Amino acid sequence: MYTKRNNNITFVQAINECINLQMINNKKLISFGMGINDPKRIFGSTKGLVEKFGPQRVFEVPTSENALTGIGLGLSLGGYPVLMTHQRADFFLLAFDQLINSISKWNYMYDGNSGIVNVTIRLIVGRGWGQGPTHSQNLQSVFSHFPGLKVVIPTTPYDAKGLLASSLRDPNPVIFLEHRWLHNSIGNVPSKNYFISLEKSKILKKGKDITIISTSYMTPEIKNIYKKLEYYNINFEHIDLICCKPLDRKTIINSVKKTGKVVILDTGFESNSISSEIVSMVNQYCFKNLKHQPVRITIPDIPEPTSYGLTKFYYHHSHDILKKILSIFKIKIKNIEIKDSNSLYHDVPGEWFKGPF
Amino acid sequence: MATTTGLSLNQKLKIFETCSLIRHVESEISRRYEKGKMRCPVHLSIGQEGVPAALSLILNPKDYAVSTHRAHAHFISKGGSIKKMIAEIYGKSTGCSGGKGGSMHLVDKSKGFMGSSSIVGNSIPIGVGLGLAIKLKKSKNLSVIYLGDAAVETGVFFESINFSVLKNLPVVFICENNLYSVYTSLKSRQPRNRKIYKMVKAHGLRSYFFDGSNPFSYFKKLEKILEKSRRKSEPCFIEFSTYRYLEHCGPFNDDNLDYRPKKELLKWKKKDPYLNLKKKLEKNNQQKNLIKKIEKKVYKIIDESFLFAEKSNFPLKRNLASNVYKKK
Ligand SMILES: Cc1ncc(C[n+]2csc(CCOP(=O)(O)OP(=O)(O)O)c2C)c(N)n1
Ligand SMILES: [Mg+2]
Repeated sequence: MYTKRNNNITFVQAINECINLQMINNKKLISFGMGINDPKRIFGSTKGLVEKFGPQRVFEVPTSENALTGIGLGLSLGGYPVLMTHQRADFFLLAFDQLINSISKWNYMYDGNSGIVNVTIRLIVGRGWGQGPTHSQNLQSVFSHFPGLKVVIPTTPYDAKGLLASSLRDPNPVIFLEHRWLHNSIGNVPSKNYFISLEKSKILKKGKDITIISTSYMTPEIKNIYKKLEYYNINFEHIDLICCKPLDRKTIINSVKKTGKVVILDTGFESNSISSEIVSMVNQYCFKNLKHQPVRITIPDIPEPTSYGLTKFYYHHSHDILKKILSIFKIKIKNIEIKDSNSLYHDVPGEWFKGPF
Repeated sequence: MATTTGLSLNQKLKIFETCSLIRHVESEISRRYEKGKMRCPVHLSIGQEGVPAALSLILNPKDYAVSTHRAHAHFISKGGSIKKMIAEIYGKSTGCSGGKGGSMHLVDKSKGFMGSSSIVGNSIPIGVGLGLAIKLKKSKNLSVIYLGDAAVETGVFFESINFSVLKNLPVVFICENNLYSVYTSLKSRQPRNRKIYKMVKAHGLRSYFFDGSNPFSYFKKLEKILEKSRRKSEPCFIEFSTYRYLEHCGPFNDDNLDYRPKKELLKWKKKDPYLNLKKKLEKNNQQKNLIKKIEKKVYKIIDESFLFAEKSNFPLKRNLASNVYKKK
């Protein structure tokens, strides 16, 4: 089915490969979205699909986010699983009536007696390069508020492929959040079909001194300081959250019970967020085990500004993340040399990113 | 009369039967509501029976339908289980939605009634999606979307019309224009000289208007219109004028509030779909007997349905959290 390819592929390629495989396996799966068939193919993620599966199954849409979300629901109730894609999560805010008032509670509202809500919604979130207030919002906490939705936010190409496969099979609505800055990251991805649980966080590294929980682009930021943390003799446990709704309580609680310390890094705003939810969970269930107050590293409660001059102060970078974690252990550092993730400029993830979005 | 409308007696009786069923189910809800056992908002269709009565004869269980907050009549018209509907309004475990949805969230998948929404405009795109599913299946079915005159003011309505024309979907928009959104007249909501069906026509689909109160008068035309959409798998829009007799929400008459001109009310009461059909059919003595029989059957269904609801149990505590997610 698949021509031989390199074991290592990008996040976007993993997504593309997954959609391809799932559309082969499930002849009823329908995929639509604005830009899905345009020359750029949603950053390449929908490349080759319309050519292979035809315009009935892979189609371009009018700028009608709300109706299209309801249309997706109707399609699914009529027996056709749906994958929708939005180039920015911000655009999808127009669809909240359909998402919240219908999709999220359809199964409950009719006690399972209407059709199946097999709807997956890919939302790309971003940052930097002047994305500004309305093209950058990482809204995982918003989506995670509502019973009935599942919310996943993969970090690696491997997880992206397996989680998307599971999402497309799941008889529940799934919000699938992709960070634009992860799109070009490379990882080992088997070419075969595989599934990853939508309800399990991933322990990337075992340790006993502190639990570091990161979401999305914060995960490579932590990976970037692994060596430094080890240099300071911090035996940390690192969890990639992956699942925002439902939260994998067990993995988090077990870890914090063991370490007694937790730092949470999230790409969303600070208040009423995934990070605050985790802190409250930790306080509730690990109160007696805590040796230090929980620490959060998030976006401030400020919209993202557009200016290159301002975003410099807006995001956390490996350097101050390290500083914050070390301070939990009362280690003070002055200026240490860490290369910020992988670029000269703070507003791009790497040389590959040339804008415009 | 029979010759001008082209309806057989059998068709007339069937239309009347649905009309009677809707009228009496709704009236019984209204009568019993004060007892406090139906503990959810109800939007009754008394006065608006004509359109769903006519459609009940044209649609089949494989056709889909979705509706609004005022869904009882549409559900009945589609053949939905009245027992389960009443039980749902009573909040019982035997209700069509297990007591979780109430009057505004009715479903009977076996009859193609896929759901109704309490949010104005919300079910419109869902019906369009069902229409797309029909198109993909290449089956000769329709997806019927019931909406009120206020839904025409939502953005999602236009998005949905556009998409159904773009993709040429077998979707039938049924707009029941009862002149009001809660207490607010159409005059305060839409430009005075606007005709909804004409505005819709500009979007590129066949669009029609009928006085909804006399289904015998438009049945044949309606049948043809829908037949064309079915055959050609294409959308159409039909606006019906109609009028609700009771308050927007609840079992009572609210004419004391004076938000509707007395003359207007009187005019529409004269056009009472149920009473007029009955009167027409009862002109003939033999038919009078048939009507009696039909109504006896209707009363029986209603008695049984309310008894069923009254006797059913409330859902158990463990059902509170069930079905938040569908198990694989
Ligand atoms: C989006 C939204 N806005 C407001 C309401 C409150 N509301 C409930 S029913 C209704 C009237 C709708 O009028 P129409 O569509 O003409 O239907 P009718 O009640 O006349 O059958 C309104 C405004 C609502 N349910 N949803
Ligand atoms: Mg109205």
